[in-house]
Amino acid sequence: MSTSSLSRRHFLMGTALAGSAAFLGLPRMARAEALDKLTVGFIYVGPKDDYGYNQAHAEGAAALKSIPGVTVVEEENVPETIDVQKTMESMINFDGATLLFPTSFGYFDPHILEMAAKYPDVRFEHAGGMWQADKHPTNVGSYFGYIGMGQYLNGVVAGHMTKTKKIGFVAAKPIPQVLLNVNSFLLGARSVDPTITCQVIFTGEWSLAVKEAEATNALCDAGCDVITCHVDSPKVVIETAAGRGAYVCGYHANQSSLAPDKYLTGAEWNWSKVYTDMITATMAGEPIPNFVRGGLAEGFIKMSPLGPAVTPEAKADFEAKQAEILKGGFAVIKGPLKDNKGNVIAAEGEAFVETDVKLESMDYLVEGVLGSTS
Amino acid sequence: MDNDIGLWAIPIAILGGAIRVSTPFLFVSLGEVLTERSGRINLGLEGTLVFGAMSGYAVACLTGSAWAGVAVAALAGAVFGLVHGLICSLPKVNDIAIGIAMMLLGMGLAFYFGKPFIQPVAPDLPSIPFGGWSGLPQLEAALNVNVLFLIGAALSVFFWWMLRSTRIGLILRVVGDSTDAARAMGLRPAIIRTLATGAGGAMAGVGGAYLSLYYPGSWNEGISSGQGLMAVALVIFARWNPIACFFAALLFGGAGALGPALQSVGVSSGYYLFYAAPYVLTLGVMIAISSPSRAMTGAPGELSLTK
Repeated sequence: MSTSSLSRRHFLMGTALAGSAAFLGLPRMARAEALDKLTVGFIYVGPKDDYGYNQAHAEGAAALKSIPGVTVVEEENVPETIDVQKTMESMINFDGATLLFPTSFGYFDPHILEMAAKYPDVRFEHAGGMWQADKHPTNVGSYFGYIGMGQYLNGVVAGHMTKTKKIGFVAAKPIPQVLLNVNSFLLGARSVDPTITCQVIFTGEWSLAVKEAEATNALCDAGCDVITCHVDSPKVVIETAAGRGAYVCGYHANQSSLAPDKYLTGAEWNWSKVYTDMITATMAGEPIPNFVRGGLAEGFIKMSPLGPAVTPEAKADFEAKQAEILKGGFAVIKGPLKDNKGNVIAAEGEAFVETDVKLESMDYLVEGVLGSTS
Repeated sequence: MDNDIGLWAIPIAILGGAIRVSTPFLFVSLGEVLTERSGRINLGLEGTLVFGAMSGYAVACLTGSAWAGVAVAALAGAVFGLVHGLICSLPKVNDIAIGIAMMLLGMGLAFYFGKPFIQPVAPDLPSIPFGGWSGLPQLEAALNVNVLFLIGAALSVFFWWMLRSTRIGLILRVVGDSTDAARAMGLRPAIIRTLATGAGGAMAGVGGAYLSLYYPGSWNEGISSGQGLMAVALVIFARWNPIACFFAALLFGGAGALGPALQSVGVSSGYYLFYAAPYVLTLGVMIAISSPSRAMTGAPGELSLTK
């Protein structure tokens, strides 16, 4: 980075601070009192209408536009590189954003952390980040939902609907959130029939259309007849799998319109509720907690309406287990449980409930998942 | 459905992958063969491919006809090719630099105009089931051959014949091998090269339409993952021979299917390595067939790469 760009940036920051001080006549005390104006920035790694991860966040951001006094600025297709730092700086300096939602996983370290140190008055909220009180700045927060529970419910329906007793999962990268989804999908199906196995194929990237289509075809060739995925845009997987005659479970957003007959249900984000709550709190001058988590019960995630193919038994079981999860304290990962290499994950009687932070460092695939993490 | 075919899944997946994935490689490389045989190199085909994918998908959405989409993609590709050809006809213009500029322009325009078409679903191109005799769903799926693939295969034979035995082929080769000889024959190299680049662009546009209208069959900004660039390299690999392009495209497609297929039969560790298979394969074949004495056999003499 050249010195000229640094000095220009510092100059801009200086003028912005001086400007606000001149207009208000006092130093910024944003956090202590209610606001009447707030500019919020959203940054997406892909297109915001991708039937997937980015669309889910963009729908949440769109819900904020109706709150009086809130201005939403957005930028899409921002790579997880120095580019996201430039985007954050321009949102802060030119748009006057004081609350940023850089939504992609890879934005956190080092990009958000560097920006947070440079702009201590700006609040950074990251989806899925590993915020730790002893390591990370206090103007950074992390929020996420227990969407593994949604994949568990997907698995319950899949367990009823599979005839080959083999279900498939197209996964992007072997990070904890993805592994928890794969494991939950299988364990949901195994709650119906313990002989079911789940084949996982990793594509290695969040968005690779041709490879996702090839992976889906390979799963169908291997005899999987219910398929779900964890990639940024599930459109290709859903269309390819349905084209091959397999049932599909959705992820991130509702994809039922892509395969109306084959779509069983789906695990969807409900960011509009989460974002509305956070912005309402900020406007009222209340702080946002640094570590926000929630599941089905808190309205962070929701399930797509069941598709026409779902049998009455599957529906009844799905509804019973959803009610169980809504009570709170539900554990998908519970003993006796081994990983697919034979190591003990949980002994008899041991259980990791959905809120357990240990689940956020998952590095194994449970017994019954065919695949490996590396 | 009791069809556990065990390790047979791998060759079947590679066969299926070769047929499904190779078509964009095939069209782009056939187009580039025409262009390079005339003495120009068009590196911008990646942008043409992406723009073809977008325009084809958009038109198919709006008209409800996938073939209308293919036609418009070809037309758009031809326009990109002609623009490249015309700019390169000006004196002292570097065709490689223009190619890169056209690539960025094509992608940028495609992303800009493609925004409203990420969500809608367009009709797919038809395919012909050749595997009905087998009774094996895996093989039936692998042998579900798209019409464009068959057209591409036929075109590769046709281009080979055209370059070898027709007047048009002779003109292309003369222009590509020696500008001076072409001028002496009364030909106008700049016009012929521009037309050849236009034809190459049209082919690349059709390759893009295959991506968005058949496999994977939807438009989004990450649809291409570099097929257009790889196809340009594939032309050199195939030594500017259209029939060799066909087999090289099949090889690349099949190698790309290897990673997912191996994971599906349980060879799951080291998948990043298997995903590098097409590139390792290219390197290996290049080393195997390289020789200092005939390194550039078949290369057109006027190509800026070889001059």
